[in-house]
Amino acid sequence: MLPEETLDVLRQKITITDHPRELAVEVMFALQKHYGYLNDEAVQEGAGLLNLSPLEIEELATFYDFIYRRPVGKYCIHVCDGTVCWMFNHQSVLDYISQKLDIPLGGTTEDGCFTLLPVGCIGYCDQAPAMLINGNLYGPLTPEAIDAVLKELRDKQPPQKEDR
Amino acid sequence: MASQQPLILQKPLDQTLSLKEYRRLGGYEALNKVLKAYTPQQVVQTVMDSGLRGLGGAGFPTGRKWSFIKKEAPFPRYIIANTDEMEPGTYKDRLLIQHNPQALIEGLIIGGFAASAEKGYIFIRPAYEQGARILEKALEEARQAGLLGKNILGSSYSLDLVLHRSAGRYICGEAKGLVHALEGKRPHPNIEGHLAGEGLWGQPTIVNNTETLSYVPSILNNGPEWFQNLARSNTAAGHKIYSVSGRVRRPGCVELPFGTPLCEIIEDQAGGMQPGYEYKTCLPGGASTRFLPKQHYAIEMDFDSLARLGHGHRFGTGSIIVFDHKTCLVGAALNLIQFFARESCGFCTPCREGLPYLRDLLRRIEEGDGKDEDLPALKSMAGHLSHAYCAFAPGAAAPVLSLVEDFREEIQEHIAQKGCPFRQDFQDGQENSH
Repeated sequence: MLPEETLDVLRQKITITDHPRELAVEVMFALQKHYGYLNDEAVQEGAGLLNLSPLEIEELATFYDFIYRRPVGKYCIHVCDGTVCWMFNHQSVLDYISQKLDIPLGGTTEDGCFTLLPVGCIGYCDQAPAMLINGNLYGPLTPEAIDAVLKELRDKQPPQKEDR
Repeated sequence: MASQQPLILQKPLDQTLSLKEYRRLGGYEALNKVLKAYTPQQVVQTVMDSGLRGLGGAGFPTGRKWSFIKKEAPFPRYIIANTDEMEPGTYKDRLLIQHNPQALIEGLIIGGFAASAEKGYIFIRPAYEQGARILEKALEEARQAGLLGKNILGSSYSLDLVLHRSAGRYICGEAKGLVHALEGKRPHPNIEGHLAGEGLWGQPTIVNNTETLSYVPSILNNGPEWFQNLARSNTAAGHKIYSVSGRVRRPGCVELPFGTPLCEIIEDQAGGMQPGYEYKTCLPGGASTRFLPKQHYAIEMDFDSLARLGHGHRFGTGSIIVFDHKTCLVGAALNLIQFFARESCGFCTPCREGLPYLRDLLRRIEEGDGKDEDLPALKSMAGHLSHAYCAFAPGAAAPVLSLVEDFREEIQEHIAQKGCPFRQDFQDGQENSH
């Protein structure tokens, strides 16, 4: 169950919104933040809050790039594989992080801190190669810059409240 | 002489203009003027006369789009800023909202007034979370100052603006897909029905690109002729934020008159090519435009000049991705198609089946397994994508078609050499880039 405080905020928004379904993504993000990913319980809970069927939540959850139906780490590292990052060898960034964290692409570190994922262009083309971690953009990436980011994040788990 | 003075990008670009700073630059004077002295029809006419066109890629005249909402249209009506921007190479809206969020908010309020909308949205992609936080703050500043909400600046007009975070999918940038996403439905496009009649919740709705809306206040401030005359080419109007990326010395966004020659943007603004690299081609308007052959290096960058080249050339978003002589265009096209194949919503067969087919063909060629018959197959399959339901697949096919038609020899070299002739250079280049 979501914490009562979060539920109150969502219920209030749902009450005053003409079309509560408009809040589907916001509700999914809130559930994901609480559970770490959108598990089956979260799908049911989201459906109940919005008066939708679990299937309607499921079809949204499986469509979007930033809703996870399987467990992910506290920090999702999305390495951009857009055309400009490709030109600046995004593969070397993926390889470096993969080696550094000892996880394959799509994998999660044993301590549950990091998940490594690819992502389509993140709109940071002037700073290529680039990556996105919990809503924050990083680039241009070098091994040193990557080391610094990973260290900073590992040192400050759990994520800050405003991070997703 | 056209003005070089930026309109919506002020310096320094890496700072966010507060409401106070925006007002010091003349911000919200246009809204004040509109609310005091204009009818919605007069606002629409002014924007129409200015020649402002949609800057999200399609280039549809903004005033005309607004005019589709007739006086007798039902209420409620909605206006939406499209800040989804997921086209590879395009990042102008990110810079714009981080630097000048109030220009977008003022543009939305004026557009909302023109459409008599009572509610507006800023639809933003998750990769722009930093920008979303800036917009939240900017919206609050505007609300506190009486620029949003009930009876704006003491007038009878009221508008509520909502920041809507998306969970990320390229098709959300398509107007009907975006509307479906906002409605909490799977964001498939739907070409039936016009948004002016059947938009959000079936009501009249305007969806505009973020940059387009941000130009609206300056048009109302200075008049339509002034905006028309800013452009350098005769058939264009106003300014444009060009985003430049790729193998240039100073990638970034720059606001310039429409019609500025491509060579000037690359050399004067982006500092030219990085040392050791020669210009080969560019995608002039993001990932769904064609590679531009070298002979067009001095082309005036505007909608009509690119369209006049024929063969499906488009200005798109004016986001220039520069490719150098060491970068493989087969590899680039493969990367682009991988992106589009992954992002396809899968709703219609040409897109769902055609894009992976193209991807596999390109991958075979890039990896040295290409055959002579792959070339006509590429062209034919890319051509079939024009039969897809929405513009996503034909856009995805554009770079592949230009690869086959304008850079055929690169494909042939791959086939003849049974591998990528650029691979060594490419790897060298990547090492140099770090």
